[in-house]
Amino acid sequence: MTPTPANPLALIAELTHRCPLHCVYCSNPQELTARSSELNTADWSRVFEQAAELGVLQADLTGGEPLARTDLVDLIHAARTAGLYVNLITSGLPLDEARLDALIAAGLDHLQLSFQSATAELAEEISGSKTHLQKLRVLNWLQSRRIAVTLNFVIHRRNIDQIQSMLQIAESAKVSRVEFANVQYYGWALANRTALLPTRQQLDASLATLQAAQERLRGRIRIESVVPDYYAKYPKPCMGGWGRKLMLITPEGDALPCHAARVISGLQFDNVKTRGLREIWNDSPAFQKFRGQEWMQEPCKSCERREQDFGGCRCQALLLAGDASATDPVCSLSPRRETIDAILATVNSAARAPTTPLLPAKIDWIYRPNP
Amino acid sequence: MIDPQSKPRLAPGCRLSDPGKEPRMLLMPERALRLQGPSFEIIERCDGQHTVAQIVAELQKIYSKAAPEKVAQDIVGYLKLLHDQRALDL
Repeated sequence: MTPTPANPLALIAELTHRCPLHCVYCSNPQELTARSSELNTADWSRVFEQAAELGVLQADLTGGEPLARTDLVDLIHAARTAGLYVNLITSGLPLDEARLDALIAAGLDHLQLSFQSATAELAEEISGSKTHLQKLRVLNWLQSRRIAVTLNFVIHRRNIDQIQSMLQIAESAKVSRVEFANVQYYGWALANRTALLPTRQQLDASLATLQAAQERLRGRIRIESVVPDYYAKYPKPCMGGWGRKLMLITPEGDALPCHAARVISGLQFDNVKTRGLREIWNDSPAFQKFRGQEWMQEPCKSCERREQDFGGCRCQALLLAGDASATDPVCSLSPRRETIDAILATVNSAARAPTTPLLPAKIDWIYRPNP
Repeated sequence: MIDPQSKPRLAPGCRLSDPGKEPRMLLMPERALRLQGPSFEIIERCDGQHTVAQIVAELQKIYSKAAPEKVAQDIVGYLKLLHDQRALDL
């Protein structure tokens, strides 16, 4: 038996899969939940209370687009009353100033506003929607209100060269934090990977830009970044380790150890309508499955880094190595690392030859639909 | 450098966890800081009312066994750290 970790620190609440945007790298599953199956206000309120009792500190209200929930003010109030720190991860629509004030009055601590690009044109292409100007309006409203604001930029080949302009948006809006998160390749992003993976040259330039910005803006803006793990030497400690720090609740109430866990067949998920959160955290087979080290194979099993990165990401191991218990193939020690190197070679050789366009004139994006 | 007359205040989105549950935590975007002993006593006073000099003087009283200059130095270092993390407005 693997010992159960103390308690999760954050609860990721996917309130809905409905969304006015259709981003080509959306982290939602490819099978989206319909509105009719979503948990109701009372269900979520109970989940927040149980989470706080379990020791959870923060609730991340996300989606889809959480603003699509007409009861969002009540949900924020419920989470805050339960004792949680409330983060809202949003695209900024549908929203007006009155509703924003209501969210803040209900106890919202921190608003994370997503941007797809520094320009309206590329934002429209990536999100399949005309929403960039509304985001700038929301950013303007936020400046006169006392709330923490993070700008989230999901980074990929098409926008990685815009980091400087993205920082300018953040600076002029005086936000306290910016996140540059390179796309992670699951679901929708995996389907669009060829067009999204940055080149090595782009990545190196972006890292230099970020480092200089971090120094320049210290004490004014906290800048955090997530590098694309395909270029890393060792895998990321996905979710801080399986079933160790985080718990995700889907719109219909299933408790998952991570966003993508459904791709691993044979996992049994418990639902918050039928089991309490503590019981799920302690006993749910899905959370037990990759806890500790017993499930590990070589080279992870005897690796000195096994307590640092926990073998990387189980979903990526499944998607790229065909085995959820394998070492994450992005690891340089993985026997399957060559799969990743071959993908990178394609991206980087196309980039080096000046006569070959890196991308076709028109990309055939696969857009995430609305459920 | 931190001005001894400035009145530090927790930044927007940074707050203490609700009382009643130990240990008390400083909650902030994507982070939480466990507060023990002097760190709680310092943060409790970052209310936009106390000056840095007052915080130092009060903590020197509480920790009267420690060298006063060491207490002052530790507090200023801690406030600087919180400011760099965007947890504190100075």
